[in-house]
Amino acid sequence: MSIHRLLARMVLAVCLALGATLANAQAQTNAPEALLKRLVEAGQAEKTDLLKALSETGDERARGWLEAVRDGKLAMIEDTGALVIVVNNRGRNWQIADALTGEDLGEMSRRDLQSLRVNNALRADIEGILSVIDLTVADPGQRLDAARNLLGEVNEALATQLQARLQVEDNGQVRDMLTNALAIYQVEQGDVEAVATLSGSLNPTVRAALNNAVNSDDPALAAAAEEALASIEQKLKLNRAAETLYFGLSLGSVLVLAAIGLAITFGVMGVINMAHGELIMLGAYTTWGMQQLFPGQPGLALILSIPAGFLVAALAGIAIERSVIQYLKGRPLETLLATFGISLILQQLVRTVISPLNRTVVTPEWMSGSIMVNEALSLTLNRLYVIGFALVVFAGLMLIMRKTRLGLEVRAVTQNRAMARSMGIKATKVDIMTFALGSGVAGLAGVPLSQITNVGPNLGQNYIIDSFMVVVFGGVGNLWGTLIAGLSLGTINQLLEPWAGAVLAKIMVLVLIILFIQKCPRGLFPQKGRAAEG
Amino acid sequence: MSINKHVKLGLSALALSVSLGSVNTAFATEDPIKVGILHSLSGTMAISETALKDTMLMLIEKQNEAGGVLGRQLEPVVVDPASNWPLFAEKARELLEKEKVDVIFGNWTSVSRKSVLPVVEELNGLLFYPVQYEGEESSENVFYTGAAPNQQAIPAVDYLMNDLGVERWVLAGTDYVYPRTTNKILETYLKDKGVAAGDILINYTPFGHSDWQTIVSDIKKFGSAGKKTAVVSTINGDANVPFYRELGNQGISSTDIPVVAFSVGEQELSGIDTAPLVGHLAAWNYFMSVDNDANYDFIDAWVAYKGDDAAVTNDPMEAHYIGFNLYVEAVKKAGTTDVDEVKDAIIGVSVPNLTGGYATMMPNHHITKPVLIGEIQDNGQFSVVWETPSTVAGDAWSDFLPGSKDLISDWRAPLRCGNFNVVTGKCGGGSADVASN
Repeated sequence: MSIHRLLARMVLAVCLALGATLANAQAQTNAPEALLKRLVEAGQAEKTDLLKALSETGDERARGWLEAVRDGKLAMIEDTGALVIVVNNRGRNWQIADALTGEDLGEMSRRDLQSLRVNNALRADIEGILSVIDLTVADPGQRLDAARNLLGEVNEALATQLQARLQVEDNGQVRDMLTNALAIYQVEQGDVEAVATLSGSLNPTVRAALNNAVNSDDPALAAAAEEALASIEQKLKLNRAAETLYFGLSLGSVLVLAAIGLAITFGVMGVINMAHGELIMLGAYTTWGMQQLFPGQPGLALILSIPAGFLVAALAGIAIERSVIQYLKGRPLETLLATFGISLILQQLVRTVISPLNRTVVTPEWMSGSIMVNEALSLTLNRLYVIGFALVVFAGLMLIMRKTRLGLEVRAVTQNRAMARSMGIKATKVDIMTFALGSGVAGLAGVPLSQITNVGPNLGQNYIIDSFMVVVFGGVGNLWGTLIAGLSLGTINQLLEPWAGAVLAKIMVLVLIILFIQKCPRGLFPQKGRAAEG
Repeated sequence: MSINKHVKLGLSALALSVSLGSVNTAFATEDPIKVGILHSLSGTMAISETALKDTMLMLIEKQNEAGGVLGRQLEPVVVDPASNWPLFAEKARELLEKEKVDVIFGNWTSVSRKSVLPVVEELNGLLFYPVQYEGEESSENVFYTGAAPNQQAIPAVDYLMNDLGVERWVLAGTDYVYPRTTNKILETYLKDKGVAAGDILINYTPFGHSDWQTIVSDIKKFGSAGKKTAVVSTINGDANVPFYRELGNQGISSTDIPVVAFSVGEQELSGIDTAPLVGHLAAWNYFMSVDNDANYDFIDAWVAYKGDDAAVTNDPMEAHYIGFNLYVEAVKKAGTTDVDEVKDAIIGVSVPNLTGGYATMMPNHHITKPVLIGEIQDNGQFSVVWETPSTVAGDAWSDFLPGSKDLISDWRAPLRCGNFNVVTGKCGGGSADVASN
């Protein structure tokens, strides 16, 4: 019957069409778009495999997607199911772009977006995948970082991949790192020979691997690992000593910076200025203010803050001197109380005008991270800059006090006011200038401190005690004393801290100072001569 | 597992409260209900507590717009104890004796709560305390709407141990009562789980510590022993910023050594450049990023109230939200603001929380809460990576401290005791030695 034949043909056609779409679907599941779609619905365990597959498609957008997933920026629009990359996720409306085409889609409420969840395990996996991709880039520095990331992450599949890579790698450092990565894998597999490769390395991951090997069941492996560890420990000792010294110097330079302005106002002029800490705070807030003025250029803002911080604090200093301190000359107790009042006023002013909350001061790119001296010793960059800055400020101040007319007049007025005046020096003007200088230097200190501590209304309070401690310990009126006292107190503190703990170390330093002041009431470098007796 | 026990308790309390329903016997009086707000508006704690004061003012305003409670309006009475612990006691006395407030919402630090405690007990007041704390306390006059250790610290450690495979532990904290007690509990808990003493490093630092170089370097050294290491941080407030910054600068990322913090929330992160913190963890009972309509509505209301598009919400704010609603429901149920009647009525009352569940007031004056673990993102928010399957009831007396494991608290008749010793069968039969530290 023709109808039957027609029906059969139709069935056949439908079957063929179905088969074609099925085959098509099969091909599409491994297309990058399909993998991304599956990623959103996948369970946590499945995600790594999907991401790996994504990186293996060779699609040039893969890297961008992986980074987006790592940063939690891949999201799905809840209504349409379309995938987007969140460009800016601050606030309640997020700026989004199409994940596949990169087309800008404007803003969307975060209520309507569902972000892909990532956790540390997945993030580590992505880093691994990205590192494997990075092993073939042109920049040797990036290759080295990638190879370092792979230490301890190598598995069987990756091992063969690394061996292949090792054949073509031409950079020595990268080769060493890859060899180490492979050796860790071999040690994990129980290969005694590979321990020898690792024995010189200071890398913490290598040490972790050797530590694990020490506990292994194979006595030969355990013995070899133990020997390798002992030689590493020997090398580490020197590095640790260098590290402690660096920590000490960096803490010391912070103390010097905080105290050096006070060394002028209190040390040279003899004004007990309890608002000194708040002047530091003003400098730190100036840094924050400059960063608001130059959004997106934190480095430039930071550099401009150096003169700005000095000016703001110096002006505040002049105001304090004119309004309060000049009337309290020679009355230390009243000065103490009055300046304490000023410090409270300044704190509350900042709290009311700006905010009781801490302000974010962005660290510029060139100040974050560290310089790696070797695998075990790295110097943090922000601290390195602070040490340098402290030394420059100290040198500058020394120059002003020793080599300029202002310095000469300051010394003259503080040593013998009446005599200086009779020589034609305007003592009142010198007072203002000196206090402004001391205050300005306090403001200067606030600029780098904004990089290592919190910028908030309480910033000053944290430094006022330390500042007085350093000035008194160093010898009142002696700038060299302040430098030496600051650096040595910092170093002593960091030497004590590892075995005494932070709280006890601080107490011990204070006790030390009390004992020292008992013996030498005038500090490390007492002023000599008639000026000191007056 | 004690959590399971508490989950069951929580569920039964929920059922109880539903079956009780609310008996609404409104009677109109002209007098407003006075709500005391005891939060520091100046000094060190202003950073955290000012937001809580504003939260209370917002909640009261909304309640008044909805017609108040029992036909009466609510009137806030705000005082400023200025981050000064003894002043907290004085201000509490002023609120109760002079202002004659019906209820107080307030305090942040444990030491300020300890200072207020004798006053509210003496004058029979009501205090709602909204912050996570060390436990080891249960007062007839205090309602703890923040997390007890079993609602924050223990589940967080479980997560690290089971999901991240952590075997070596650094317990780092600020040197005061909350971190010391919490770390004592955690140390016992970890040792019970078979962690060797050599795999636990405990470290305390002073308030506002800013020089973390040596400590971070020690943590790095501790973490290179071949076992997965994590830091459990009870470091308080803004000392966290230089701590995380130092971690970043010394090259320790969250994938190497994750840090789980109990005192870092959205408010604290708003003062930080969060880029180096991504992936570090925090354990709370609420996150601003929780995907829930009640939460979005609360955030919208808060942003509108503050007039600041960047305003953030956090866990203690949710605790006040819950505490305030619990109080309102209890007053409706009791039909009066009389302290003793409200105290009895509030046990078993349930109100919705902001994470899609319910919070129930338990007989020990703690509430049921879900435990969430979130990872810090670069926008200062948390992304939830783990949560308890249901809510966990707060345990006033930790099961992991020798002095307190036999104690229970039940403020219902006929027991009415905050520290009942189940072994000796006596009320007040022992207290944890840590509570007085």
